[in-house]
Amino acid sequence: MRRRLATFLHRHARVRLSLLLSAPLAWLGLAYLGALAALLVTAFWSTDTFTGNLIRTFTWANFEDLVTGEVYRTIALRSLGVAAAVTLIDLVVAFPMAFAMAKLASPRAQRWLVIAVLTPLWASYLVKAYAWRVLLSADGLLGWGYGLGATILTLSYLWLPYMILPIYAGLERLPNSLLDAAGDLGARGWRTFRTVVWPLAFPAVVAGSIFTFSLSLGDYITVKIVGGRSQLIGNVVYDNIGAANNLPFAAAVATVPVLIMLVYLAAVRRTGALENL
Amino acid sequence: MRSIPRMAAAVAALALAAACGSTETAAPAAPAPGVSGFTPPKIDALASLGAGEGQVNLVAWAGYVEDGSTDPKVDWVTEFESSTGCQVNTKTAGTSDEMVNLMKTGEYDAVSASGDASLRLIAAGDVAPVNTSLIPNYADVFPGLKDKPWNSVGGVSYGVPHGRGANLLMWRTDTVNPAPDSWGVVFDPASPYKGKVTAYDSPIYIADAAVYLMSTKPELGIKNPYALDDTQFQAAVDLLKQQRTIIGEYWSDYTKEIQAFKSGDSVVGTTWQVIANLATAEKAPIEVTLPKEGATGWSDTWMVAAAAKHPNCAYRWLDWIISPKANAQVAEWFGEAPSNSKSCAETADPKHCDTFHATDEDYFSKVYYWTTPIPQCLDGRTDVTCKDYAEWTRAWTEIKG
Repeated sequence: MRRRLATFLHRHARVRLSLLLSAPLAWLGLAYLGALAALLVTAFWSTDTFTGNLIRTFTWANFEDLVTGEVYRTIALRSLGVAAAVTLIDLVVAFPMAFAMAKLASPRAQRWLVIAVLTPLWASYLVKAYAWRVLLSADGLLGWGYGLGATILTLSYLWLPYMILPIYAGLERLPNSLLDAAGDLGARGWRTFRTVVWPLAFPAVVAGSIFTFSLSLGDYITVKIVGGRSQLIGNVVYDNIGAANNLPFAAAVATVPVLIMLVYLAAVRRTGALENL
Repeated sequence: MRSIPRMAAAVAALALAAACGSTETAAPAAPAPGVSGFTPPKIDALASLGAGEGQVNLVAWAGYVEDGSTDPKVDWVTEFESSTGCQVNTKTAGTSDEMVNLMKTGEYDAVSASGDASLRLIAAGDVAPVNTSLIPNYADVFPGLKDKPWNSVGGVSYGVPHGRGANLLMWRTDTVNPAPDSWGVVFDPASPYKGKVTAYDSPIYIADAAVYLMSTKPELGIKNPYALDDTQFQAAVDLLKQQRTIIGEYWSDYTKEIQAFKSGDSVVGTTWQVIANLATAEKAPIEVTLPKEGATGWSDTWMVAAAAKHPNCAYRWLDWIISPKANAQVAEWFGEAPSNSKSCAETADPKHCDTFHATDEDYFSKVYYWTTPIPQCLDGRTDVTCKDYAEWTRAWTEIKG
């Protein structure tokens, strides 16, 4: 029986393939894209303020409010700025760190450094955010106070490993011989970096930036903890679901980061970086 | 100095208070009785008490039904089970919306509903009137809590009051001088405490601004801080936008506020009694008061499902949870004023009722219990449309900018 099944599968490549792909495709289709589709559909509904029930009739009202409300534009731009700043800071911090890990450290030290980078991920997100709250408090170690700057700083800390690891992996694949060749041909450090290391590590940098950018764009807890009086897109979504029970409007707001990410991914694709991942 | 277990209990209670506090503002409610003329579906209350059904299914706020599993010392369910033979099954709900939805399933017998859920349940016919003559302990409930718009319709009671509390003004005694007696200190744009003022991070906080405007701008004619027409609402929103310039941070998490007051990041702002108690226990130099303008607050009600499968056990539970001892336990664990007048003699901390002003009707007459704003003005006006909670939420986003 088993043998016949094996023969059958061997002869029918398509059946074999469909069996292999059915689980991941079901996951992608139902759990992932399905949820996104549901979100998009909900955004065109409204809620009854008396009963709190969804009214399943098509309306553009949520998007009209979103587009005409000046406050939402401000918040979207602010969120975009925060995500960009976090990505930039993480890149500046992560690149030298990843380079040192991949090219300078001994294999033994390399392992320990990877563990050291990963360790903060084992601690709870909330604990780390509150630790920063204590650090930044008026009588804390840093005492810089709360606000947008504190949010950017805390997010940069939280997402740093997600930037270091892809760059580290990318740089590790970069043969040392290329660096030696550049040196032999007379290139100094900066020139080697600009013409050899950076172009080859760029896809890895893009991969890291996708993580830090999208994670920052969706965050609403850190800004609640250290953001003082500021708010980001995530808070608008949270307030509309958690407080107002207005799922449709929250869904409409939630399409904003989705759109931003699609634009970002499209831009990245044009650079050809995704093919090299 | 508190012992460690008591501190742990207090922290847990705070967590619960925070969890519920932030959610009691959750859902749109039905109009107040007699205001926009809503008539609840005709459902008969239980006429007489029969034998217990052996179990009862409850929907409750976290901390309202404790059987010792959270803390072995916190248990008012086990004794109920052994004395009535009713096994208690609890479903903890995080928001008023969740409570309303759970009650719609018909699987549950009773619910601890807040002011923004109770009327929705009544209007939808999900809960039945309660025959209070079958609940002996009801006689001892503070008169100030009986027959209120959020627990009764047309003189018919739909539940028994569980407990209540007020949102207070807290300040650090070492920096704020003189001691404030008005919300003005958190609304004054020229405040000397600029950058260290805190406010509650929820759209329902607009009502706090409305309460302040009731006495400072009587020409606006605000009668109920949850019933605001366009002009009144705009005035409250403008006041809050102006307040934003002096705000250090908004809080919705109790630990955040305690820590901010301890470190001095916040020196004045709105709070709950439990937060003040815990901050004091952590040696923060703070004081609280109910400002002269009054304040917002909350009041919860236990209700029985219209389709209850275990009505007799549900009635026994309602009687039990407002019995002096159990009501004292839950009030202390949660950090609020009990609803039973005899509970004050039963609290572990003999001063609990004083701290939470349980017997002080004068204190609570200045408290406007959280109600969810709806288009039909809750203060009885029919010539204007009031702003509903969805609009409050959007305005809150705009206020924070």
